[in-house]
Amino acid sequence: MAENIRTDEATGTQTVGHEWDGIEELNTPLPRWWLWTFYATVFWSIVYVILYPAWPLVNSATAGVLGWSSRGDVEQQLAAREAELAPIHEALVAADINSLVANAELRNTAIQGGQSAYKVHCVQCHGADAAGLGGYPNLNDDDWLWGGDLEAIEYTLIHGIRNPDHPETRFSQMPAFGADGLLNDAEIGDVASYVRLLSGEEQASAASQRGATLFANNCAVCHGGDGKGNRELGAPNLTDAISLYGTDREALTETIYYSRNGVMPRWGQRLDPATIRMLAVYVHSLGGGEVAPAAAEDQAPDAAETASAVPPDDGKAGDASS
Amino acid sequence: MPVPDDTLEPPLQLYAARKDVFPKAVNGFFRRLKWQIMAATLAIYYITPWIRWDRGPYAPDQAVLVDLANRRFYMFGLEIWPHEFYYVAGMLVMAGIGLFLVTSAVGRAWCGYACPQTVWTDLFQHVERWVDGDRNAQFRLKDSPWNGTKIRKRLTKWGIWLFISFWTGGAWIMYFADAPTLTVDFWQGEAHYIAYATVGILTAITFIFGGFMREQVCIYMCPWPRIQTAMMDEKSLMVTYKDWRGEKRGSVKKALKNPGEFGDCIDCNQCVAVCPTGIDIREGPQIGCITCALCIDACDTVMEQTGRPRGLIDYITEEDAEREQKGEKARASWKMLLRPRTMAYFTVWASIGVAMLFAVGNRSRLDLSVQQDRSPAYVQLANGDVRNSFTVKLRNMENRPRDVVVSVSGLPGASIWSESVPRRDGQTSITATVPADSVGKLNLFVVAPREGGADEAFTITATGADAEAGDSGATDSDTFTFKRPER
Ligand code: SF4
Ligand code: SF4
Repeated sequence: MAENIRTDEATGTQTVGHEWDGIEELNTPLPRWWLWTFYATVFWSIVYVILYPAWPLVNSATAGVLGWSSRGDVEQQLAAREAELAPIHEALVAADINSLVANAELRNTAIQGGQSAYKVHCVQCHGADAAGLGGYPNLNDDDWLWGGDLEAIEYTLIHGIRNPDHPETRFSQMPAFGADGLLNDAEIGDVASYVRLLSGEEQASAASQRGATLFANNCAVCHGGDGKGNRELGAPNLTDAISLYGTDREALTETIYYSRNGVMPRWGQRLDPATIRMLAVYVHSLGGGEVAPAAAEDQAPDAAETASAVPPDDGKAGDASS
Repeated sequence: MPVPDDTLEPPLQLYAARKDVFPKAVNGFFRRLKWQIMAATLAIYYITPWIRWDRGPYAPDQAVLVDLANRRFYMFGLEIWPHEFYYVAGMLVMAGIGLFLVTSAVGRAWCGYACPQTVWTDLFQHVERWVDGDRNAQFRLKDSPWNGTKIRKRLTKWGIWLFISFWTGGAWIMYFADAPTLTVDFWQGEAHYIAYATVGILTAITFIFGGFMREQVCIYMCPWPRIQTAMMDEKSLMVTYKDWRGEKRGSVKKALKNPGEFGDCIDCNQCVAVCPTGIDIREGPQIGCITCALCIDACDTVMEQTGRPRGLIDYITEEDAEREQKGEKARASWKMLLRPRTMAYFTVWASIGVAMLFAVGNRSRLDLSVQQDRSPAYVQLANGDVRNSFTVKLRNMENRPRDVVVSVSGLPGASIWSESVPRRDGQTSITATVPADSVGKLNLFVVAPREGGADEAFTITATGADAEAGDSGATDSDTFTFKRPER
């Protein structure tokens, strides 16, 4: 091929020696800046391969002499973030839970931290909107089986409900009236009628009359003579509009026949105290949180009248997209 | 190998190599005007950030401040929030239409006098003349070998340029933070690295654009002359060489010898020598001309010295040029400004301005924005009532903390509370204090009896209620639907 190389007259440049249908290509050298850029990138890639993890091996990759890795980077950032949050977490744990909400900074931290912890640990049962569903309590409402003030919520979180092998867990047991043969089917139907009368879903009838007697003998010990429940025992209030398992006849019959024993894990052994505290404050803030009896007495009587400062919007004060 | 044929033409070059432009010093009416405008624009640029403006304890006291961190734009009595950015857009539109207006009326006057590229180039050329001497000395110096004098002069010139450039870059960042604080921080090495980077970049740009690229920017880089050439018409003022009067060119001597043969131009080339973009206006209107009118000053001086009437090069519209050529009288210049086209531009420009002034005067400094929590859409309470939750944002755009009353209306039996105002039956309004110049967030709970439609409309209202501070009672409200479970 070399013999075809000739110098083009018009430009004084050599051709590459190929010819296609009379068209030849000039052997114009690459621009120098281009070449240097190319060499620089080659050099850069070599340096990069030496410094950073780059070369894939069978099960891993070369480590790179800098010892940097993206995973290590993330771990470092996480550690740094944790160190940054440590003081406020300590303050959270050190504070008295009832007075903690008075401190706007602690309160906001707790609600935000609690919200993210909730999304990791609690959504599976209580749902993304904390509204629960059939047997998993709605955390937004104002009905609480075991108490809805901050202390009670925190206790529930730490010790769980009906947690096996844990002496301090919240525990109650409703007898399975049907399965254990304590009541017969007709009697269960009568009790159901009475309970539905209590919650205003049925009119008084002969069945509910019979049910009232059965209720007084079998159920009042936990649910109270008036059916208003007992938080010490986790016995639900049967007279209000909220029912964990439903108040239609079928659900009610099933409850009385087999009893219900919902279980909640004991988070005290899995989460650190600060996270639990944050969860408690978050759940309390969802709208149904109650004030502890002792704390309520402390509160100034005109607290409601005082204008209250609202927290700024997450530091994004000028958010145009709100 | 065939010998390259040297009779062939050299390969075609697409770009002309730059010729150095060393404009000669000139004096005259337009030069003085240019001095004044230069002094004014530079003063505005360098001094503005240092003007103070008292806005009370909750806002910065810098008159003009682009506060990126807090997303505020302050301009004297005006404070703009991000959601009000249309004011800035309006100002930009006005600036654009303003340029149209100026161009259609007086051609490229912006380019010749007020354009930053022109102003800084002019400044740099004065420095150059001061260090190197006038035009001829500059040419000599350029061609001289690199001896002590040349090195000294070059270093002096570049040093001064660099100083001006640095000062220019430095003034820029003052618009984005409190100027005195930033200056101190800057020199103590404590300013944000972006400040140093910005100063560095702007210093480099000023140094290169003003010192070395000069007219190249006007002729090749700037898109504006291209737009302007399309915007100018036969009624726009521009710098024109009156060739019918000037041609044919000949020296004073020749003209004396041959009366009647030569025009007024004596071919002294002064108009070319003073031109900052290095063009010859006698070749007709061209894109390189920024209508700085320095050639008018130069030629008028020559005309005076030779005892000929001034105005061989003049500001004139094409229409009038033709008229003058025919021997008719040119019209008064105000007539050229008052024509439909400029009036139309002015009307549009002024209406935007008036509309914005009106909007600014009437804008509310309290803004309510409410988001209804959709998950869950409603919560059933123990006593049978239904609760909806809302995230309420209260924008207090005034520079003082304010009490804002949030209330609901149009929802029978409703009561509201929030995390900071406890629940009470029948409570339909709560008061929240929103910090100065910020957005307060409120989780609002609204409770209403179970009875009612599945989706019931009601209104949430926010009212400024800070009687002490003489609150105007600014109100903002919006309508929402109260969600209830289906029966
Ligand atoms: S030709 Fe005259 S008006 Fe145009 S840029 Fe040159 S000096 Fe200025
Ligand atoms: S300055 Fe006037 S007289 Fe001299 S060359 Fe230019 S147009 Fe002609």
